Amino acid sequence: MKAIGVEAIAVSKRFGTFRALDDVSLKVGAGSVHALLGENGAGKSTLVKCLLGYYRADGGSFLVDGREATIDRPADADAMGLGMVYQHFTLVPSMTVAENLVMSRADVPAVIDWAGERAVIEGFMARMPLRIQLDVPVGQLAAGERQKTEILKQLYLQRRFLVLDEPTSVLTPQEAEEMLGFVRGLTKAGEISVVIITHKMKEVARFVDDLTVLRRGRVAGGGSARTLGPAELTAMMIGEPQAPADPERRGVPGAEPLLAVVGLRTEGDLGRHGLDIAALSVRRHEIVGIAGVSGNGQKELVEVLGGQRRPASGSVSVAGSAYHAGRAEAQARRVRVLPEEPLRNGCVGRMSVADNLNLRSFDHTADGHQRRWLDRRGMAARAQRMIEAFGIRAPSPQAPIRVLSGGNVQRCVLARELDGEVALLIVANPCFGLDVKAVAEVRARIMAARNTGTAVLLVSEDLDEILELSDRIVVMRQGQIVHETPGAGADAQEIGRHMVGH
Amino acid sequence: MTGGALTTVAIAMLGGSLRVSTPFLFVSLGECLTEKSGRINLGNEGALVLGAMVAYATSYQTASPWAGVLAGALAGALLGALHGTVCSLARVNDVAMGIAIMLAGSGLAFFFGKPYVQPSAPHLPTLPLGFWSDLPQVRSALDVSPLFFAGVLAAIALHWLFRTTRIGLRIRIVGDSEDAARALGLPIDRIRLVATAVGSGLAGVGGAFLSLVYPGSWNEGLSSGQGLMAVALVVFARWNPLVCIAAALLFGAAGALGPSLQTVGVTQGYYLFYAAPYVVTLAILVLTVAPGRSLRGMPGELSLGK
Repeated sequence: MKAIGVEAIAVSKRFGTFRALDDVSLKVGAGSVHALLGENGAGKSTLVKCLLGYYRADGGSFLVDGREATIDRPADADAMGLGMVYQHFTLVPSMTVAENLVMSRADVPAVIDWAGERAVIEGFMARMPLRIQLDVPVGQLAAGERQKTEILKQLYLQRRFLVLDEPTSVLTPQEAEEMLGFVRGLTKAGEISVVIITHKMKEVARFVDDLTVLRRGRVAGGGSARTLGPAELTAMMIGEPQAPADPERRGVPGAEPLLAVVGLRTEGDLGRHGLDIAALSVRRHEIVGIAGVSGNGQKELVEVLGGQRRPASGSVSVAGSAYHAGRAEAQARRVRVLPEEPLRNGCVGRMSVADNLNLRSFDHTADGHQRRWLDRRGMAARAQRMIEAFGIRAPSPQAPIRVLSGGNVQRCVLARELDGEVALLIVANPCFGLDVKAVAEVRARIMAARNTGTAVLLVSEDLDEILELSDRIVVMRQGQIVHETPGAGADAQEIGRHMVGH
Repeated sequence: MTGGALTTVAIAMLGGSLRVSTPFLFVSLGECLTEKSGRINLGNEGALVLGAMVAYATSYQTASPWAGVLAGALAGALLGALHGTVCSLARVNDVAMGIAIMLAGSGLAFFFGKPYVQPSAPHLPTLPLGFWSDLPQVRSALDVSPLFFAGVLAAIALHWLFRTTRIGLRIRIVGDSEDAARALGLPIDRIRLVATAVGSGLAGVGGAFLSLVYPGSWNEGLSSGQGLMAVALVVFARWNPLVCIAAALLFGAAGALGPSLQTVGVTQGYYLFYAAPYVVTLAILVLTVAPGRSLRGMPGELSLGK
């Protein structure tokens, strides 16, 4: 058997006074799939980073293949055949898939014989169930394809032990199924052992042998995946049993569209298709979910609606009149946007939390008059109110917003965008990278906005999120809307087929 | 203007463009190499001026212009190594440091170059590619410096380097994604240092061309900002060394427009024609940057604000 077992014994790691890991032990049998569960900040990635040599553990030891191993640098882990697929990608965007694969090896020759290398890569690819074009720059691949490339890269490097960090978060259900099934097959054949960090209970039930749950840096429980149900696991993760409540819908969608997009086109960019949307509308009391594999125009659509990208042709109207996404218009029509990567697209990283919370409102009074002098006291009070209402955890309102965790940045932007009366809310991947509790909270807030009459356009790569929240679902592929279905009783498999286009 | 005059202008522009483009080509290749590694070097203007002075002085002292070219390259590389070393320190801004290097390079050149303004140093030989023609204009236009061909070869070599060699691909990785470079365990600072030094060395060769071929003398007004314009040129060329050749030729042709018109006696709007390269710079910048698109080919780690 090529696969190797790995064991962590009483591993501890501190950052300053913060105990990231406290006496954590974990045993991954050769040829098994082991799930690592826990909320954000529970210590999952710290543990695997210690194992792979990115951090050095303060205490404890690792056994690799039954022998004590000293792992001080990533290269040590490399040499033992341990590898990891990160949630943020480590591929080089401007290089092609083939170039990335070859350069990831430790023994690249000084002059690369591309003909020979290609033959080797093609031979390798022929044995893989995933297909990826070799000559496309990685930057032009959709996130799902990049994820597959990352996994293929690890297999190309002939790893014997692999850590997958939320590997399916950007994949369609079919892709996720195919990918995990493939990994499962490899472990069964004794090729690799796998540790998988995931939030998805379905995956745990279907593809995992054993699991370990971490909570605040300690082992909260674990055992065989067959004997532990989702309710028990959630309880271990957050400390108290909490069934995900089915959000209540109040109010029926209105008759008139609040947002109407007609014949919207944009130029293609970076090798991707431009937008080509014949018609899209959102009504009051309605959440329209846009499903799609990332890189199929969702980002461009949000950019156009948020004023970050100029359309080539077509019209966008809000409440019956043309809308160009300028600041004054957005304020007058009460249009709000929660973009993806909110720290980059919706915040000024170096400005304080309080200032960022006031970005929508600092330059005008409550009745819409322009302000020449800032009302610092009013801004501080407003910020304080939002911080309390949304449970934002910040060292202080004066701390620069970029020091906050992803979840808290998300809460800040959501607090700002949902402040006051909102007619149209556009949200993109609102729960990306958030932990279980924060996800439930953000979704509840979006639903609450809908219930008070806001029209919501929800763009998400997480199909479960779309299915849970949407009144109506549309599927985007290559910049076009290719499918539409009511949210109630929508079929995930059917939607997935439209997402990939067959 | 008669047909004969037009032909004369065309021939003069061809020859002029081969001459004027060479320093552009070398500096832009150097800048391309440096930027591919994720660093901006505005100091290449300084490397160009210092290279010109050192090349001229060496050629005068040793009576060997080729030794001058080598010395110019070395002087540029040393200046680049200084830039690379300082930039690898924490919280040093590439652009601010580049401007400092540009001023330091020019200042050093002016200081040490004073004694060489008067004497005349041996020039580099040229290849008489116009031997087949009886027209003196054609003959003089096709008197091409071997450095031009060296530049074209260097561009092809760089293109090959970025595609098929380990070091070339490593430079691209470092320039495009520090995360990936770190994950692969590449020595980011060292790779950038080498790319910056070699890039500046190429700019030094460009300087040697200025003082030893065309215009072929050393004085303080020798460079008219070629080192800075080459930075813009790399943007047009989309960080592709082969396109750098075409871009440099275009700039060269624009630069040769004024002098060529002078040969046929057009003196009106004289300064306007001399502004042609700058107008071309602006025009291409405006035309190639479309608001609906992202800039293609730019190394991911290249930024003004670091």
